[in-house]
Amino acid sequence: MDHSLFRALTQLGDDSLILGQRLCEWCGHAPTIEVDLGLSNLALDLIGQATLLLDYAGEVEGGGRDADALAFHRNAEQFANCLLAEQPNGDFARTVVRHLFFATYASALYEALAASPDARLAEIAAKAVKELRYHADFAADWAERLGDGTEESRARMAEALDWHWRFVNDLFHDDRDWAACAARGLVPLRQSLRYGFERDVSAILERAGLALPRKVWPIVGGRSGQHSEHLSVLLATMQVLPRAHPEAVW
Amino acid sequence: MPLPSDLAGRIAAILADVPDPEIPAVSIIDLGIVREVGGDDGAAWVALTPTYSGCPATSAIGRAARDALDAAGLEGVSIRIVLSPAWSTAMITPQGHDKLRRYGIAPPSATGESGPCACPRCGSLSTHEISRFGSTPCKALWQCDACLEPFDRFKCH
Repeated sequence: MDHSLFRALTQLGDDSLILGQRLCEWCGHAPTIEVDLGLSNLALDLIGQATLLLDYAGEVEGGGRDADALAFHRNAEQFANCLLAEQPNGDFARTVVRHLFFATYASALYEALAASPDARLAEIAAKAVKELRYHADFAADWAERLGDGTEESRARMAEALDWHWRFVNDLFHDDRDWAACAARGLVPLRQSLRYGFERDVSAILERAGLALPRKVWPIVGGRSGQHSEHLSVLLATMQVLPRAHPEAVW
Repeated sequence: MPLPSDLAGRIAAILADVPDPEIPAVSIIDLGIVREVGGDDGAAWVALTPTYSGCPATSAIGRAARDALDAAGLEGVSIRIVLSPAWSTAMITPQGHDKLRRYGIAPPSATGESGPCACPRCGSLSTHEISRFGSTPCKALWQCDACLEPFDRFKCH
């Protein structure tokens, strides 16, 4: 088995799956019906990408596991998503900032992956990048509107930026498996995307009258399965039915 | 061995009658979801492509195409899903554009979403976006300033 490729694909698939599951929690609770639809649509894109990526990961692993087996029958420490994706939705500002960080990172990453010599990964990425650019636009739109809105919305955006900034180091962490795939030219090093990320996010925030925090948080661990407690709670909800009825089909 | 052209034509004609499950005014041929009809050693196949990675209609479309082919006695024609090249709104046929407009959905414009969008009801160019997300992943929600009707607009990508 190509272990490092399996791990890299799991990292990509788990990011999409976990963030998609988080966004689903907004369904029926968003500030307006349009935002409710919007967040559900973003979730749908992400879960679709996760299915393609985890099915491929299962094939690379060669043990007969498909996307469903990987999604529903692994425990928290076996998940390789970034810490940012699993963070609770919080208020709408926190959801917007989380998505701004993730979608800005992911659209640059998938643009590079669309040129991967791994043809299967490249075609999944070519599909995903078009969707993720839309995600980045959506988040940038709202970041501007809230940052440039009322005193209340602006304060909440500043708080949300400060909160989620601590997970950005982990978002760009190149663990051993990812670095091994990068050395083979299959994926770009995440660190190589960080400058562009900070430039793009800073430009959006500047238009919103906001700025990136200056503090540096050295937390990493998502890629190697060291998660915050929030992931277990999310998985308990997501996995309860398939775990209770592992043979069920519909 | 390539597929005999009469069989390929027959398959295409059958699929031209399969409506999109979420926008039944257009067929899966109109939307460009049917990527190719081909054959390997005489075994015919149909390649379908999803509009979006997570489009929930993808499996329903596969089933509807399967049912239509079976009903026509073409049980041996297989269906495969292809991702590459990625679907884009440029694959919607001119006939598909007309059908969408008549159905009340603004078709994707070549100038992209920042360009003007004609109201599919009254034709006014004075329209604005309400939300980037509409009733399905492939559409945005717009409103006409002249007749005030809200309408769906196909995203351009």
